[in-house]
Order: sequence, then C-alpha cells, then structure tokens
Amino acid sequence: MTSHPFSQATGRTLAAQLAATRRDFLRTAASLALGSTVLGSSRLLHAALNPKRKVIVITFGGGARDQETFAPEGQENIPHLIRDLIPRSTFFSQVVNRGILGHYVATASLATGVYETVNNFASLPPEHPTAFEYFRKDLKRPASDAWVVAPSNGFNRIGESSHRAYGPSTGARVILPKHLLRAANAGGQDYEHLLRDNYETPLYAPQLSGNDFELEQLSRMLRLSVDDFKSHARTLSSPDELSVYIVRQLMRELAPSLLWVTMHDIDIAHAGAYSLYIDGIRRTDRLCADLWKAIETEPEYAGKTTLFILPDFGRDADDDAGGNGFQHHRTGDTLSRTTWMMALGAGIREGVVFDRPIDSTDLVPTLGSMLGFTASFSQGKPIQELL
Amino acid sequence: MLPSDLKSELFAAYPPEARKLVTAYVPTLQRLPLAYVPSLLREVIEYDFKFPAERKALEKELTNLSSLSSEQTKIWFQAFAQIRLSPELEKSDWVNAPALFVENLSAHLWTTHQLDAFRMAALDYADQLHAVVHPEQPVIPRLGITVIGQGVVSAEEPLFRKLRPHGAYFSNVKPEGGLETLLKAVVDRAQAHPIPYGHWYVDGGEPAAHDPALTCVSYGTLGPTRAALSEKIRSDIERPGMGPEALRTLMARLRPADLGFVATSDQVLDRFQVKLLVEGSGTQIFSTTFAQWAAREVLRRAQPHTLFVRFAPRQRQKPMNEMLASSREPAELDPAGSLVDADMGAYYTWLNLQRLTGADKSSSLVWFEGHSEAIAIGPSLPRGTTSSAAASLEQILSWAA
Repeated sequence: MTSHPFSQATGRTLAAQLAATRRDFLRTAASLALGSTVLGSSRLLHAALNPKRKVIVITFGGGARDQETFAPEGQENIPHLIRDLIPRSTFFSQVVNRGILGHYVATASLATGVYETVNNFASLPPEHPTAFEYFRKDLKRPASDAWVVAPSNGFNRIGESSHRAYGPSTGARVILPKHLLRAANAGGQDYEHLLRDNYETPLYAPQLSGNDFELEQLSRMLRLSVDDFKSHARTLSSPDELSVYIVRQLMRELAPSLLWVTMHDIDIAHAGAYSLYIDGIRRTDRLCADLWKAIETEPEYAGKTTLFILPDFGRDADDDAGGNGFQHHRTGDTLSRTTWMMALGAGIREGVVFDRPIDSTDLVPTLGSMLGFTASFSQGKPIQELL
Repeated sequence: MLPSDLKSELFAAYPPEARKLVTAYVPTLQRLPLAYVPSLLREVIEYDFKFPAERKALEKELTNLSSLSSEQTKIWFQAFAQIRLSPELEKSDWVNAPALFVENLSAHLWTTHQLDAFRMAALDYADQLHAVVHPEQPVIPRLGITVIGQGVVSAEEPLFRKLRPHGAYFSNVKPEGGLETLLKAVVDRAQAHPIPYGHWYVDGGEPAAHDPALTCVSYGTLGPTRAALSEKIRSDIERPGMGPEALRTLMARLRPADLGFVATSDQVLDRFQVKLLVEGSGTQIFSTTFAQWAAREVLRRAQPHTLFVRFAPRQRQKPMNEMLASSREPAELDPAGSLVDADMGAYYTWLNLQRLTGADKSSSLVWFEGHSEAIAIGPSLPRGTTSSAAASLEQILSWAA
C-alpha cells in the first residue's frame, strides 16, 4: 500500500497544508488519494472482524458551510478538528447530499442510506430501515446496544423506521435531552422556550410521540438522579452540551456499540446572526474533541471505536441571489449540498485525504461493512477507503 | 385547473391595479406551463403594493411574454413544462393563492427530486429574459453606505475581511461628526435626484433625525408591530393542527392592519415593512438581522440609487444556563456580537448592490461608527489596498464615487 499518510506530520504542518486555498487543498488531497486506493490490510481486516468494535457517528449540525469550517478562512473556527482530529483521520473533502435539505429528513437519510422524503416538520419515522435496525436484527443485538441522542424537536422518530420488515422496537432508543429537562422540571419553571429550537420557525415546538426516553429511565438505565441531571444542566451553555453530557453518561453506563449523536446548535444561523452561527460551529468543534477524548479514555471504547464526524449538509452560498448566504439552506445550490466527513479511530488510516465525491447515503452501508450487517435497502455503497 | 383554462373573471378578487394588469394578458398566460404561471401570479397579485422598479420589471416581463410566438413560447418554457406536478397542485386555487402554490410546489420539488431541474429551468428563463428585456439603468451611480459597530469600544477581530479584496481600507479616518456627514451625503443625493423610493435609510435601532426625502424603515419604529406579531405567533401555535409550515403560511398572509399597524398614506411602504417582519427569519428577534434583511429587500425590490444602513446592537442570546436560571428577564445588548453580524451584513449589502444594474459604476462605503476604520469600494479606488493617511469620510466618499 503506497498511501501518503499524514501520520508523521504534526498538526501544525497539516493545518498549513489545509490552509492553502480550498482548491489547492482539494488538489493536494487528490494527489494524496491517488496513492491510497489500495484496499484493506491485515490490521484493518482485524478491526472489521472484531465483534467488540464500536461506532459513534456525530452529525456536525445543523448545517455548516465549507467557508466557515475547512476552507482556509474558516479553519480558525474549528481548531480542535484541525489540530487534534484531522491528523488522526481519513478525511473526505466532498460529501454530496442529493436529498432534501431539512435537518430531520437529511439526518434520517444519513441514518437509512436512502434519500428519505418524509415531511421534515412532522413527527414521522423514516420510511426505510435505519442503520440501528439493520445492526440489531442482523447481529441480534439488544435494544441497549444502539442509541441516538438528538436535539429535542423532530428527531424523536429517527431511531426506527416504518418499514414493514423492521419498525417498532427493532431500532435505537432515542434520548431527547431537552425534553428530559422539561420533564425533570415539570411543575416548576416554564421551560417551553428551551424547546423552541427549530430555528427555521423559532417559536414553534411540536408535540412529540415515539420511542423516546422517559425521565424515570434516567436513574434506572443511566444511574443519573433527576436532581443531578437538573443541577448539571444549569452549568451548561447550550443544548448540544447537554446532549454530550448525556452521551458520556450513556458511554459509561451502557457502552452501546452503535451511538449516534446529532448536534444542532449551529442551526441558530436561521435567526440571521452570523456571530451566533460562528459560536455554534466553535462549540461543536470543541464538543467533537471532548467526545473523542471520552472515547480514548473510556475503557469500553478505547482502541475499538471508530468515530465519524460529518455535517448533515451545508448552507446557501453567498453568491446565490436566491438565498441569503449562511442564514438558510433553501436554494439547493452546490455549496449547500457539498460537505465533508472525517473518520478516525479503530481500523482507520490516519492522515489520509480523499477528494473523490462520496454520497451521504454511503455512510450506512459503510457502517454495515464495519459492524457486520447488510444495509439491504440502502442506495449508497460502502466506502472502500475505510474498509 | 391548468393555465389553458384561465379566464379574466377568475381574477376578480385581485386588487384593482393587479386585476387590470393581468386581465390584459390572459391569452398569454393560457400558453404557459403550470410550473411557471403561479410564480408569475405571485408577483402580479402584489402589483398594487410594489415599488416602481418592480412594477416596471413586471410590466416588461408580461410584454415580452405576449410578444413570443407559440414556437418561441415552447422553447422558452420547455424545461418548466417537463416538471411533473401532482394532482393536488393542479387542483389547488393557484389563481387566488399563488404564494401558497409556490410554497407547496417547493415541497413537491424537494420530495420528487425535481428541485435541480426546476432551478435550472428558472435560471435559463431568467437568462433569456435578461437578454431581451433590459433592466432600467440608474439615473446616477448607486451608492451604498453601511455604518457598523454602534456602541463597540474596540473590535476583537479584524474588520471588513471579506470586503478588503474589493476596495481600499482606510485605517486613519477622522470619526468626528461622521454619522452626520454620511447622512448629509445621502440627503443631498435625494434632494438633487428626487426619485420615488430612490433613496433609503435603514436603521437597526431608533432612526437618527433625517430629511423626509429619505424613505426610512427602522427596527425601533416597528417595535409595537414586532410585539403584536410575537403575540399573534404565540397564540397561533397553540391552535390544534398548527405546524411550522401552516404557521409560515399564516404569517405570510398577515396584513398591516392585522398587527395593529398604524396605516399611513403610503400603503406600499406599510406593506413592505410588515413583510420584513413576517417573511424575514429572525427579523423579529435580532436588530442586526432586521437591518441586513431590510437592506437586502430594499435593494432587491426598490432598486434604490442610494442606501444608507446603520446597524445597532442586538439583544444578547442567552446561554442555556441563564435561561434555566431566569427565563423571563429581558436580555441585555451584545455590541461585540452585533459588530460581527454587521460586518457580515455589510458584505451582504455590498453583494446585493452588485446585483443591480450599473454595478460597475456603483460605490460602497462601510464605516466602523465612532472609530477610524472604513473601507470604500468604487470604480476609481484600487482593490485590496490600504491607506493609513488621515482622511475624512467626506473625502473617502468623493474618492469612491
């Protein structure tokens, strides 16, 4: 195998390479990719066959553009990804989302490997089987082995599909931390305003139904008292920080093999305040690094976990007159459809960049190849560079 | 119903001037595909409340459409004709509710993966239209002035990073009397070239004293309307069956009177101001968003000769822990974050100015209020340059022109 890994390079060197223009970056990446298309190795195969392998997926959401992340002018917003995680990653610089650019439906598409067409704002399950259902059915895993932690609104049905071969009780348990917080404070202060995080319609918070996690399970499953949960929530600055707190609790207490974390703070961009959008990106960058540290330090995860980080999609380009730049993702232009993905950890080559376009729907079959399930209904293909 | 079924009487509910306009073009509309016609009618139905520049553009578009032969019409609208629509869309009342049709069409296009095809059809049509229907040229070169950073002691990050490659950065500007100087410059232009809706003043706070020759909209003045809108949203979202899409549709239908808007003799401006709040995301909450969006809409719709935008500090976004501690206390202001917002807003205002006719002759100036930093962009100013020489804003304006 003759790849051009970055493993010997320092983070600073890598940052310098990435700090060339976006085009130069892609050109550099393309040349690196040319030598790295040889598939597999005994080390990688060993990881793929390891039944104890775990996978964590973080969606870097909701909606971040290249120019505020991996483009040269955006790299100051993601110091942790650039300095700490990129050197350890296989990085894909062109991940194309050809589906509907709404956060729930796009995340559902990521989770099923099919471009879902469910109403983005309705409380509906995906129509095609999710990675969690494939994983549990094919590998005969218990419910406690697949979890989703998501922002409160809309994502409560993402754990399992309406597909007749799968469906109720065959997928992932879903935790909506902010709803737990509201339940924990029932009868006390009014926390409705916290739930209004659908930034496309900022004052709207839907009623929920589905397989969401109940308050009483906090102490039973996560060994977390309601009082401790409430107290800790009062020290956090955002819903995504609350999500990461719950994720860490899950990792310690249940150590699921398939864990999906959906970040959403960035979507404050819909309110039109650029500084808040940037704050969201910087916070998400920090939280991704925090989760990687947790993976490295938790005995159940260290050395056997593969982490994926990818935005669900981008946002509109500044030069598209039909949009209003970073604020929305409504035009369907190239910039809003094209993002990136990094994979790191067990079985992943370090410091390799691939420029070839991959598809958002390729994630699920890739997870299947890593964990040992078949994503029968997925439209995507396993990403060979990761296998 | 399809466009071929259109009759003049179907437009009876249109406002008077819109009705008069559209009934003259019914035979033309009958030849066009359904994927396109409601988008046109969405503009026509608002004709009575449109600015002069928009009216002229719409009239020219209709005139051009009526001049096309059958064969030309087929060629121009071939791509639109290939868009597959649902029976529900065909059955909907797209004549009287074209905006709702377009909203539903958008969802349909996403769902059926036809968005890209529609987007290409729309871009091709716009290119063809612009090739034969030339937009009005400005009477004088356009000027955009943006004032940012009100209340900020010092900038935490370099300013104008996106604009610097396009113009000259001045680091030794005399700030004394700057606001008055800039306002006087725009008023002078308005008085010298009195064009209806040709010279605008947008303020993210309370507007400074200004000459009535300027058309003014401000976040501060719209305070009661914003409060009424927030209250209406709060009550509407409690209604059974209400969802985000229904809420958006409801908001789009709101008229000035629905929000207790004190009507003036200028219905066009009244309607425009309400639209800023009901159609702009975040304009009800953050003053910086309001100023940026208002500037965008003024440029897109009124196509002014002069635009003066002054950003003001927005309310601070409370972090979650503060929300948990005290949910109902009013938020204080966030001048530093507002400066970042406004810096990006100034860039977007320049981009939108560049989209208008005469862009090669237009000029822009952005000033960090009360400070010595400014950037100017214009045909006679070198790009990507820096000047540390002492300069007044009046001088910089003259250089930029």
